[in-house]
Amino acid sequence: MSDVLTEETKSAAHLLEVESLVKEFGLRRGLAERIARKQVAPHRAVDDVSFTLDRGEILGIAGGSGSGKTTLARCLIRLIEPDGGAVRVDGIDIRAHKGAELRELRRRMQMVFQDPYASLNPRMTIGAALHEAGKVHNRPGSENEQAFVSRLLGLVQLTDRIAPRKPRELSGGQRQRVSIARALAVDPELIIADEAVSALDVSVQAQLLNLFLDLREELGVAVLFISHQLAVIAEVADRIAVMQKGRIVETGTTQDVFAHPKDEYTQALLRAHPHPDPRMRFVAN
Amino acid sequence: MSLLEIESLRIEFPGEDEERLVAVKGVDLAVEQGEVVGLVGESGSGKSLTCRAVMRMVPEPGAISAGSIRFDGEDVLSLGTSELRDFRAHSVGMIYQNPFGSLNPTMRAGAQIAETLKVNRGLSNKAAKVESVALLDRVGIEDPERRYRAYPHELSGGMCQRVMIAIATASSPRLMLADEPTTALDVTTQAQILKLLAKMRAEEGMAMLLVSHDFGVIAQACDRVAVMYGGHIVETGPVETIYHEPEHPYTRALLNSVPELDSAGNVQRRAALAGHPPELSDFIPGCVFAPRCEHAKQDCAGIEMKLEKVGADQESACPVRPYAEAGARSAERAARVEA
Repeated sequence: MSDVLTEETKSAAHLLEVESLVKEFGLRRGLAERIARKQVAPHRAVDDVSFTLDRGEILGIAGGSGSGKTTLARCLIRLIEPDGGAVRVDGIDIRAHKGAELRELRRRMQMVFQDPYASLNPRMTIGAALHEAGKVHNRPGSENEQAFVSRLLGLVQLTDRIAPRKPRELSGGQRQRVSIARALAVDPELIIADEAVSALDVSVQAQLLNLFLDLREELGVAVLFISHQLAVIAEVADRIAVMQKGRIVETGTTQDVFAHPKDEYTQALLRAHPHPDPRMRFVAN
Repeated sequence: MSLLEIESLRIEFPGEDEERLVAVKGVDLAVEQGEVVGLVGESGSGKSLTCRAVMRMVPEPGAISAGSIRFDGEDVLSLGTSELRDFRAHSVGMIYQNPFGSLNPTMRAGAQIAETLKVNRGLSNKAAKVESVALLDRVGIEDPERRYRAYPHELSGGMCQRVMIAIATASSPRLMLADEPTTALDVTTQAQILKLLAKMRAEEGMAMLLVSHDFGVIAQACDRVAVMYGGHIVETGPVETIYHEPEHPYTRALLNSVPELDSAGNVQRRAALAGHPPELSDFIPGCVFAPRCEHAKQDCAGIEMKLEKVGADQESACPVRPYAEAGARSAERAARVEA
């Protein structure tokens, strides 16, 4: 099976191609609509979204709350089922596959969430959690648990001493590093980081941003970096896509978009950015 | 005399086996009439607790174990129950991070403002309603008559925070305590709320103690800033000076970690501070920042955390002063960007 997938692979130009992706959520009808037997138009959380992501590239997805960033991320790995469009990994449409093939596609795209507390099993040691992920996907090297775990912890710059501990014994930054290590356990080509650094203190946030840059360099992994903070995206991303109301309203290199934003919403976001330099205040005192 | 004077404030929590966990370790802070002072720091630095202590609202089982807090010369810590209620009603207003959580979900937004006006200012039902609508209008809520009748769940986060601000300013307090008031809001809404607070300040001459983990928010709103780390204020001064010429190694490292828009198109690793902020149960002798500090010397474990004057209006708790000759941080940053 995986041989078939790798053969298709070579032809595709982009690692990830998203084409006209749509996700709608039905709304509950209010009393008035029920009495009038009126239908309510569904809410389009992701509305005709298309973009591409190359190998080793970091693409930032920006937007306010409710703009559809997270729904988009979840549709990419079919954590929620898209209603239309296509998601292709190396040219293979993830919506056309199921079972073992879907599992293999999902292995190649791993997610890291905002809250590592919620994504790590509190009763499993860090070592066991990392090893299990490798074992499930039959990763080479996973036969030797100790060496496997040690390599992963090394990748995220943690010491082996962490392995016998439980998630609650770690700091927030350490836990998030473990979540990243868990994602790396299955040798993904793409990491989808959904607000992965948003809950961390700025000093720890800077460490984690550096880690993403290191991983890209060492492993060639691509990152879809979702954040509501434009400045965080500016620190790591090569390109940015700005989302508003489920649509991508602007896309380009971070340099171009931040220097010459064309869309009104992007301009509003940039204007509202609280610059840490007091000389650049938008609030006149 | 300053409007608010906090001296040697100490806040403790009971730990395991009779152990005392000290969250705030001798904080000195003053807020002048009409001044906006920022408290910035990472999680666990004690900034929120310091702010809450002013209202005597340190969450149980924590308690203020030493120090004094004076508001307009009056000792806040010795106020009796009714005096304390009076103080909270008229002298200070407070807004929090989570506006949904601070409003009563079963009461209409307007009624909650009116209630405050009736209790605090003794207005009649009718007068309270008229005044509430006027307050909603003043905090920038469109169609205030209709919003008066809305329940909190019918309002957006930004609007709820505006309602909170209306309640907090209903009796024209002389000091506003704002604990992460924009952290839960979208960046565009955050900008609106910061502008509103600046407007209230200009119109009312209200002083403010603004707590935030985000130096950007502090820089937008404050005249002066105090940087907290591990329960201590490590540096304080005018916000411009602190941003451009921070003296304390923690302040400098913190500011160097703040993500900036100018980095766009020039992706590179930051000189990140290693390790993580101390936990309450960590006991660090001497300078609390020494374990993470690149300039730490052996003596640092023996020094007392005390603010010393380092400039016209700037104080730092670092006796080593590694940056005394370094000049502005922005020059350093510019050099790094070019390199």
